Amino acid sequence: MALKVADSGALVCDNVGLTYDAPIGQTGAEVLQDISFTVSEGSFRWLLGPSGAGKSSLLKLMYLAVRPTRGRLSIMGQDIGAAPRHALPLLRRRIGVVFQDFRLLSHLSAFDNVALPLRLAGRPEGQLRADVTELLRWVGLARKVNQRPHELSGGEQQRVAIARAVVGRPALLLADEPTGNLDDAQAERLMQLLQELNRLGTTVLVATHNAALVARHPAPALMLDEGRLRERS
Amino acid sequence: MLRPFPRRRDAALLRPAGFDELGLRRALVGWMLPFLVAAMAVLAALAAGGVVAASTLAQQWRIGPGAVLTVQIPRPLEATGSTAETRMDKALALLRATPGVAQARALSDEELADLLRPWLGEDSARMAVPLPGVVELRLTDGAQTLPDLGQRLTAAVPGSVVESHGPWLHRLSTLARSLQACALAALALVTGIAVVVVGVATRMGLAARREAIEIVHGLGATDAYIAGKFAARITWMAVVGGLIGAMLALPVLAGLAWLATPFMSSGADFAAEIGVLAALPQALWGLLPGLPLTAGVIGWLTAQATVRRWLRQLP
Repeated sequence: MALKVADSGALVCDNVGLTYDAPIGQTGAEVLQDISFTVSEGSFRWLLGPSGAGKSSLLKLMYLAVRPTRGRLSIMGQDIGAAPRHALPLLRRRIGVVFQDFRLLSHLSAFDNVALPLRLAGRPEGQLRADVTELLRWVGLARKVNQRPHELSGGEQQRVAIARAVVGRPALLLADEPTGNLDDAQAERLMQLLQELNRLGTTVLVATHNAALVARHPAPALMLDEGRLRERS
Repeated sequence: MLRPFPRRRDAALLRPAGFDELGLRRALVGWMLPFLVAAMAVLAALAAGGVVAASTLAQQWRIGPGAVLTVQIPRPLEATGSTAETRMDKALALLRATPGVAQARALSDEELADLLRPWLGEDSARMAVPLPGVVELRLTDGAQTLPDLGQRLTAAVPGSVVESHGPWLHRLSTLARSLQACALAALALVTGIAVVVVGVATRMGLAARREAIEIVHGLGATDAYIAGKFAARITWMAVVGGLIGAMLALPVLAGLAWLATPFMSSGADFAAEIGVLAALPQALWGLLPGLPLTAGVIGWLTAQATVRRWLRQLP
């Protein structure tokens, strides 16, 4: 189904295709084909679809881990295909990502993992302590600020990853199965946090399998299937 | 309730300066890189010592034996023409008026007897053999040969002979230049190997910390930031290696310089009069402290180039 593409928005995909590098002499298959949609600034969207549908690949495009091989992808007004490489770090600092596999730095404490985006952005040490501490308290890890990831449970690591993604008050927040390692209560608290950030102006896109969660928090959704955007609800 | 923050242990974790988010203190650890850099620093010091030694020898030859010519004047006391001027006086006057001659001195009878003693024994002065007069010429610094001196001298004082050291001096100069070239080539080779070693160490670090680099890169770290972290660590290790190498090379070079002192100075006993360290040429005193600095610069530049090139594979 062809979708109308707006000219501006936090996220604009216009006939985007993505092919991963294939061995020399071979042509890789497109994992994403003809993706077109617009997510306006300050909106909340679910990204739904079965395993292998291309949700993670689409998220990779959005958090600038790969560039589209065709089509036009615009994030916060920046054309990603045409943007020079040196312009991307600043854009990445405005995007928060909650990864399915957490991607915490194993040699750093929970505090240092959460503080990392602020330090990379050059936030003075005296200013970041309060924010990081407050956020760790909010996700229930106030007593574990000095614990390293291997000393934390899967759910606790997930909460550290969430805190790291939101500590910089990103303009765009992407989450890949953020509630996968959380119990229901924690999942609800996470949704409250995401909705609070959304109310404050952050554009939020959450990929999930959790139908119950989507049902409890109805919002527009992008549905992917076999690398194509099937429908929008 | 949230406990007060930070406490002593927490404060240690909150350090922006030297904050090791890439975990390089674990990835780039051990003594392998400093050891290799130290070994190359020793080799570089020896090569540089060779350059300095060859230069010094060439300079010594130029101002020493190379700057001295001898002139033989047969029948030195014989008068020339109608004047009372002897052949020796005439030769000395001509030599002293020649540009490039710093000093022209006739050897005394005693000095001549000393020169001949190995061949003629103690009685050389009483022998009936007519001995030529000998003039020792010392040239100015810039002059190595006086091409037409022989012709002019023979014209003024027939039978006189100029013994020039030009041919063997030329060969010695060629030898010195060859030694310098070899030492410089060795220095360049050592520098090249140092670049390769640092590059390999950096690549090992990149491979070991790939995941951390990708995470930090994804959070908005610039190439310059990541390369700077690697360069700082590699530079520190290279400086340590260079420092160790310089300290190891110091006694070796000082010992060699001390052994070479008799050939570099006017007296063979001079070496015994000075300390081993004092024998080290000034140029090497300047060069040895420069080794850690040079190792650091090589480490920094190589790490920066290697990491930035590697990062280009990331979007």
